Amino acid sequence: MADLKLSDVGKTYGGTVEVLKHIDLDIEAGELIVFVGPSGCGKSTLLRMIAGLEKITAGTLEIDGQKVNDVPPAQRGIAMVFQSYALYPHMTVRDNMAFALQIAKKSKEEITASVERAAKMLQLEPYLDRLPKALSGGQRQRVAIGRAIVRDPKVYLFDEPLSNLDAALRVATRIEIAQLKEAMPDRTMIYVTHDQVEAMTLADRIVVLANKGIAQVGAPLELYETPKSEFVAQFIGSPAMNLLPGEITGTGTRTKVKLAGGGTAVSDVPSTEADLGLKVNVGIRPEDFTIAQQAALYRGKVEMTEALGEVTLLHFAADEGAKEPVIAKLPGIHKGLRGDEVGLAADPSKVHLFAEGTSLLYR
Amino acid sequence: MSPIVQGILTIIIGVGGCIGYFYASNILLDRVIFPPKTDDQGRNIRRATMVRPWLFLLPAILALGLYLVYPVVGSFLRSLYNRSGNEFVGFGNYVQMFAEHGFRVALFNNFLWVVFVPAGATFFGLLVAQLTDRLKWGNIAKSLIFMPMAISFVGASLIWKFVYAADPDIGIINAIRDYFGAAPVDPMQIPFWNNFFIMFIMVWMQTGFAMVILSAALRGIPEETIEAAIIDGANPFQIFFRIKVPQIAGTIVVVWTTITFLTLKVFDIVYTMTGGNFDTEILPSYMMDYMFRDDGRATAVAFVIMVIVTPVMIWNIRQARREL
Ligand SMILES: Nc1ncnc2c1ncn2[C@@H]1O[C@H](COP(=O)(O)OP(=O)(O)OP(=O)(O)O)[C@@H](O)[C@H]1O
Ligand SMILES: [Mg+2]
Repeated sequence: MADLKLSDVGKTYGGTVEVLKHIDLDIEAGELIVFVGPSGCGKSTLLRMIAGLEKITAGTLEIDGQKVNDVPPAQRGIAMVFQSYALYPHMTVRDNMAFALQIAKKSKEEITASVERAAKMLQLEPYLDRLPKALSGGQRQRVAIGRAIVRDPKVYLFDEPLSNLDAALRVATRIEIAQLKEAMPDRTMIYVTHDQVEAMTLADRIVVLANKGIAQVGAPLELYETPKSEFVAQFIGSPAMNLLPGEITGTGTRTKVKLAGGGTAVSDVPSTEADLGLKVNVGIRPEDFTIAQQAALYRGKVEMTEALGEVTLLHFAADEGAKEPVIAKLPGIHKGLRGDEVGLAADPSKVHLFAEGTSLLYR
Repeated sequence: MSPIVQGILTIIIGVGGCIGYFYASNILLDRVIFPPKTDDQGRNIRRATMVRPWLFLLPAILALGLYLVYPVVGSFLRSLYNRSGNEFVGFGNYVQMFAEHGFRVALFNNFLWVVFVPAGATFFGLLVAQLTDRLKWGNIAKSLIFMPMAISFVGASLIWKFVYAADPDIGIINAIRDYFGAAPVDPMQIPFWNNFFIMFIMVWMQTGFAMVILSAALRGIPEETIEAAIIDGANPFQIFFRIKVPQIAGTIVVVWTTITFLTLKVFDIVYTMTGGNFDTEILPSYMMDYMFRDDGRATAVAFVIMVIVTPVMIWNIRQARREL
């Protein structure tokens, strides 16, 4: 119902500390957008600027086609769910949810109806007359979400809503949020998280923030399959993508790279003759490696294995010229590989190429 | 024996006595009364653990008993005797006292004090705490407002004697009146309202106390609850009264009651300002009037004050405990 448009938005604290700059982002009505990025990159700041809790020091923010830079939070049609829940400790669950409507001077019947509808949706009915301190963490977070629902906002803002919950509850609440989104397909949601799984499963599009700006925007699998930069490639996916330095020796619809470690990698990424001799980093995700005795692009001694049951992680020494050790993720259980010399290969369609940090696909 | 030797000896005996007491009583408890050697070892250790806190508390309880409980009982008994203390008069002192105009004025004035001083001080304290919270020079303002706390009641009263002085060359109130051509008045002689002028001194002194405690409490409110209220559309007044004040209600009660029983004890201000004249007497100053002249009457007043203070104090301690 509401689309958001950020044009050249920036944030500077106290006139000197620049946290964000040149943020351009169009969010369509009904989309669920997830902000991810390293700690301190400004995810919360951007969210709070959209909420109106933080002044926008540069650029414009439009909601529904209207510039809202100077519109107070309550009139922006947004609701926010905080990491710390931020429930009013002296009010019952019912009053917590009713507060915004009371402030808006809605009628008693209307308030009761809205609160009960939200309570039913979130299975909070048995707790309506309790104080927040008598609730579990998951229940508190549901009240916080209920408080947002009751206001029926056009845009929901979530700042790491699940990070105070334990693992099992996090999964359950994540699914609840996904269902909530499905029940309200026309509501826009913006969601900040540290958790890759949350980002990948919830998002229509993911916004990766880094270095004061947007590194890449795209659907979860788009970011996974065709990352724009080494940063995004390594940020999405766990363990991070391996980067092996090399030099282009063959061009065309397929590109051949001679690796510093001695092997040769072939990628489906096309290149031109001008690229011959270009220094590149070959990016291969740990899960895209297969064990190969011949035609291996990498060969090394397994220094350590981590058996997780569903997968086994093999750690190798860092390749020549590379900073991080090479990691391969093999499906299933592999015993007794430690200390062995192993060759690794990868399908050309899974081999990424980066020159000076940027993917060759995006030149 | 020289006083120095006496002092040193006292310290040695006192401190040594304490150490000796704890040491000896513990040995007695662990070795003799509940020795952990016998068959029911576990039970004896548990019992000893239960008794031990009382063992440690015993000296304090005795000292408090001696200096608090005994005087209370003693005063009560004294209040049942006549002026010279040789004739039992039952509740005669109380009956006489309640029949007296002066006492009833003091009681009524005291009522005014208890209502208005804590209310005023807490209100101004809360106001200052909230208003200075975000100011750059807020801390300077706070220090200035806190300063009267460091002055004695008599000192403060002397300052305000100048403010209230009838001479326009000295008193600021009359200086202002004089500027507008009004004749000088003595604020201390305006019936009924003079009570409020005197009370204001106490409010002036206690506002700092309220401010410091409430300011800390306001800072303890989670910032997110305020941001959530902003998003919910609350204006600054609604945020203050519906989000902030309820969250520090416990602290407000503690501050309020603390100032209440401070107020019930104060006599110096009235004593200095008017000496209890012009119908400004309150119970403590009324008590001082009788002290040494008629101890029977004075102890009776003291007892009335205690009866009034006790419930406030109990409430205060309960709240304070819940806050901590
Ligand atoms: N009031 C402020 N004054 C100056 N700098 C600030 C202020 N508030 C935040 N910052 C800075 O802005 C940057 C972004 O902060 P923000 O809270 O948005 O990060 P984040 O991406 O949400 O991090 P996290 O993932 O740890 O929550 C940080 O480097 C922080 O130090
Ligand atoms: Mg954050």
